[in-house]
Amino acid sequence: MNILVCISRVPDTATRILVGPDGKTIDTQGIKYVISPYDEYGIEEALRLKEKNGGTVTAVTVGNESSTDILRTALAMCVDKAVHIKADEKKDSFFVAKNLAEYAKEMNPDLIFMGRQSVDYDSLQMPSMVSEFLGLPSVSVVSKLTIVDGKATAERDVEGGKEIVEVSLPCIISCQKGLNEPRYPKLPDIMKAKSKPIEAREAIQTEEKVTVMSMAIPSKQRIGKLLGDGDGDVEELVRLLHEEAKII
Amino acid sequence: MNKILVFLEGQGTTLKRTSLEAISAARTLASATGIPYAGMIINGTKEQVKAVGDYGMADVINAKHELMETYSSTAAAKILHQVIQSENADIILFSANAKGLELAPRVAAKLEAGYIGDCVALEVKDGNIIANKPVYAGKSQITAMVNSEKKVFSLRPNVFTATKVEGSITITTKDYAPSLSEDDRKAFVTAMMKNEGKMDVLEADTIVSGGRGIKGTENYNLIENLASAFGGAVGASRAVVDAGWRPHSEQVGQTGKTVSPTLYVACGISGAVQHLAGMSTSKVIVAINKDKDAPIFKVCDYGIVGDLFNVVPKLTEKVKALTGK
Ligand SMILES: Cc1cc2nc3c(=O)[nH]c(=O)nc-3n(C[C@H](O)[C@H](O)[C@H](O)COP(=O)(O)OP(=O)(O)OC[C@H]3O[C@@H](n4cnc5c(N)ncnc54)[C@H](O)[C@@H]3O)c2cc1C
Ligand SMILES: Nc1ncnc2c1ncn2[C@@H]1O[C@H](COP(=O)(O)O)[C@@H](O)[C@H]1O
Repeated sequence: MNILVCISRVPDTATRILVGPDGKTIDTQGIKYVISPYDEYGIEEALRLKEKNGGTVTAVTVGNESSTDILRTALAMCVDKAVHIKADEKKDSFFVAKNLAEYAKEMNPDLIFMGRQSVDYDSLQMPSMVSEFLGLPSVSVVSKLTIVDGKATAERDVEGGKEIVEVSLPCIISCQKGLNEPRYPKLPDIMKAKSKPIEAREAIQTEEKVTVMSMAIPSKQRIGKLLGDGDGDVEELVRLLHEEAKII
Repeated sequence: MNKILVFLEGQGTTLKRTSLEAISAARTLASATGIPYAGMIINGTKEQVKAVGDYGMADVINAKHELMETYSSTAAAKILHQVIQSENADIILFSANAKGLELAPRVAAKLEAGYIGDCVALEVKDGNIIANKPVYAGKSQITAMVNSEKKVFSLRPNVFTATKVEGSITITTKDYAPSLSEDDRKAFVTAMMKNEGKMDVLEADTIVSGGRGIKGTENYNLIENLASAFGGAVGASRAVVDAGWRPHSEQVGQTGKTVSPTLYVACGISGAVQHLAGMSTSKVIVAINKDKDAPIFKVCDYGIVGDLFNVVPKLTEKVKALTGK
C-alpha cells in the first residue's frame, strides 16, 4: 500500500501570537514551528499500515524554504520519502489544494492522510477540496480506521456521537485525535534523517481566491469580576448570571 | 451579486438550530445587498421546509433523490452543486458543523470558488462580503474576502443569532430532481452511534467543564450535577481526558471541540492557551479555581476564587432553585 501524508508547518501550539508589521500575518520572530498536531496522527497511521501491509509512506508539504524542517521530522519518524513543493509566500488554501492534488495525481497513492485542520489558519478545507480535485471520496475528522480488502471503515466525530462511514480506496482520510498515539522520533533516526534526500518541486500557480485583508488579536472585553467562595459570593454569582448577564 | 443560497439541515420535524442561524445571517446579508436569498435542503420533509417561515425565508429548493436515504458527502456535494448552478446563486452559506465543514469545501472546489470556513462575522462593505474568522486557535482573527465570482462561507455555530420575524410568510417550495448515480456515493454513512443520553457539547447552550482540579473520575458527578442544573452539557479539559476520566468526545480545546455556548463554566481548569482556543468565543465565561492567579481568570466574566469541592455543590443548589431542573 502506497500512502501519501500531507503535513503542514505551524507555530507550536503554546506560541504567543502577535500581529506582524504588515498587519495581515503573524510576527514570525522567535516562533518555533512544528508539524500540525493532527498531521502527526496521519504519519503514525500511515507508518502502522505500512508496517502491517508493506508499501511506502511519502510525506509532502507545500511551503517556503524553511518547511524542510518538518519534512526532516517526518523522515526521522521513518517515512520513506519527503517531498517539498516550494511556495515562497503564504498562499491561500485553493493554491495548496491544487498543488497537493497535482502531486497526488502523479504519485497515485492508495490512501492519503491529512489532518482535521491545520492549526495555523484553521482553514478546515484541504481534505474535501483535494478530494474533489482528484475525484476521490474523503472522510473527515476520523478517530478510528479499519481497512479490509480495499475498503475502509471510518468512525467520524459528529454532533451527538459518531458516524460510521464506509469508503472505497483510494480515498482521503482527515485525522482526529484518538486515531492513534504518534511516535516520537528516535535519536539515531533523527541523525539519519539529516542526510536523507528531500525532493524539491516547483509549485503550480493559481489565481488568489481568498485575500486576507487584516489580522488582529481579538479583544472581547470580559467583565472579569472576581468573587470569593463564601455562601454570599455564590449567591452573588447566581444573581449576576440572572440579572446582569441574563442567562439563567 | 445575484442570489444567496443557504444549506439547510433537517432535524426531526424542524431544522437544526445552526441552519436557523444561517438563515438569519443570510437575511442580514440580503437586506444589506438587496439580493434575494433562499434555502436548499436534501430530501426535506414538509415540516422541515415550513420551519424557515418563522425566520423570514420565503423560498426553499428541496432536492429529492432516493439514493440520499443513506447520506453520502460526495453525492450531497454533487446535488448542491447542481442546485447552485440551476439557481445561478453566487453566495453560498453553510454551518461550520460536522456536515457543513465536509460539504462546503467540496462545493467550493466544484465551483472553483474561494471558501472561508468557520466565520464568526459576515459584513457587507463596498459591495463585498467581508468575513471575520478566528485563526491560530482563536489567538488572532483575520478579516478576509473571497475574490472569485462565487463565494462560499461556513458559519461557526452559536455565534450568529437566529432571529424570528413578525407575521407569517408564504413559503414557496421548489422540488428539484438532481441527477445522481450509485457511482457518486463513494463514501456513505452506514451507522450512527449516539452518545447515549448525553447532551453533546457542540449542541449545548451551557457547558460545565471540569479540569485536573476535579482530582478523579469519581468526583465528576459534581460537574454533571451542575450541568444538569443548568440543563447543559458536560465538558472536560485535556488533562481530564488524558487521565482517562472522561471520553475525548467531551474534550474542549484545540485538539478537542471548539464550542461557543451562551454560558461556559470552567471548574478546576487552569486556562491553558489550548483550552482557551476551544471556548474563548463563549458568550459568558465563569471560572471556579482555587488559584487566584490562574490564567482562566484573565478571560472570564465572573470568577470564584475558591475550592471547587466547596463551591460547585453550593452553586448547583442555587442554580437548581432558580431553574427548577
Ligand atoms: C498540542 C496540544 C494540544 C492541546 N489541546 C488541548 C485541548 O484541546 N484542550 C485542553 O483542555 N488542553 C489541551 N492541551 C493541554 C493544555 O496545554 C493543558 O495542559 C490542559 O488544558 C490543562 O488542563 P487543566 O486546566 O485541567 O489542568 P491544570 O493545568 O493542571 O489545571 C488544574 C487547575 O485546577 C485548579 N485546582 C486544583 N484543585 C482545585 C480545587 N480543589 N478547586 C478549584 N480549583 C482547583 C488549579 O489551581 C489549576 O489551575 C493541549 C496541549 C498541547 C501541547
Ligand atoms: N501547506 C500544506 N502542505 C501540506 N499539507 C497541508 C498544507 N496545508 C494544509 N495541509 C493539509 O490539510 C490539512 C487540513 O488543513 P486546512 O484545511 O488548511 O485546515 C492539514 O492538516 C494538512 O494535512
